[in-house]
Amino acid sequence: MNRMTVPVVEEILSANDSLAALNRQKLDDARVLGMNIMASPGAGKTSVILRTIEALKEQLQLGVVEGDTAAVTIDADKVIMAGMPAVQINTGGQCHLDAVMLGKALPALPLDEIDLLIVENVGNLICPHSFALGTHFNVVIASVPEGDDKPYKYPNIYRGIDALILNKMDLLPYIDFNEAYFRRGIEILNPGVDYFPLSCTTGEGVAEWANWMMDRVKRYRSGLA
Amino acid sequence: MHELAITESILSIALDHAGRCGATRVTDLNLVIGQLSSIVDDSVQFYWDIVCKETICEGAVLHFERIPAQMVCLNCDHTYAITRGLEACPQCESFHVRVHAGEEFRLESIEVEMAERGL
Repeated sequence: MNRMTVPVVEEILSANDSLAALNRQKLDDARVLGMNIMASPGAGKTSVILRTIEALKEQLQLGVVEGDTAAVTIDADKVIMAGMPAVQINTGGQCHLDAVMLGKALPALPLDEIDLLIVENVGNLICPHSFALGTHFNVVIASVPEGDDKPYKYPNIYRGIDALILNKMDLLPYIDFNEAYFRRGIEILNPGVDYFPLSCTTGEGVAEWANWMMDRVKRYRSGLA
Repeated sequence: MHELAITESILSIALDHAGRCGATRVTDLNLVIGQLSSIVDDSVQFYWDIVCKETICEGAVLHFERIPAQMVCLNCDHTYAITRGLEACPQCESFHVRVHAGEEFRLESIEVEMAERGL
């Protein structure tokens, strides 16, 4: 029996990464800017999406992919009620979206009519970080009731993001949340990252976030033109 | 629980490379995993014992080489190891730092058995 060592040197998620590149190509072909939203359950992902639709619906056509572990369409229904196309991915218990799942969902949306595609990942602060989807940028939504220590306890999800939303700012007077400590954790991981404290309940800060989003779409279009 | 998806990916890469060189059996897999990758060795091992069944990888041993996390300071270029989570640069106390090492996540090599060549 001959024995030998075979060099492999292959990234373990290379298959996912290649499929993510295909998704990116599909988005670019249709000139759709893709955003992946990650957050813990209950941080307000769907509420932020609904506020974003409300703020930008006169200027942009949005599309939404909703990821959930259970076979429900609660979130997609809310987006459709708000007047934008949405498709629900049920991961069948899996804790994150991956490039295969997004690739299957894309044909269900009228990409040629969409300017901005928002992908709402499964509510989870660990697994979604490991799986590229092919979207152009990543946003994490944190919320005041989760506590100010989350960047220190779940550093991977907060790393390499393009913007951070701190939701539920209206609850700040009632909760022991040190915003300076929280922001320092974010800064260590992403020096200079764009930061949007807001409240989906009162609408405070939503305009600043929507302007940033609009600016990203404009920059994307000018880069392609 | 994403270790299942990851373990299936490891198996698929190993089978691909073993097949390409005509191996009859894979005995060992050498994985390189950075400290910052959210991977639990025991969990990968648990799923491995299930997914490798009835393949030429059945019974192969997983070896985990862990790479310590290292940061580099964007302010003074100092490189330092982190052990207790997020820490400022020990030299200039800046928080503007970037991950230098510890995100590795690859299958480095496999040990295989080949059939004896006929005369």
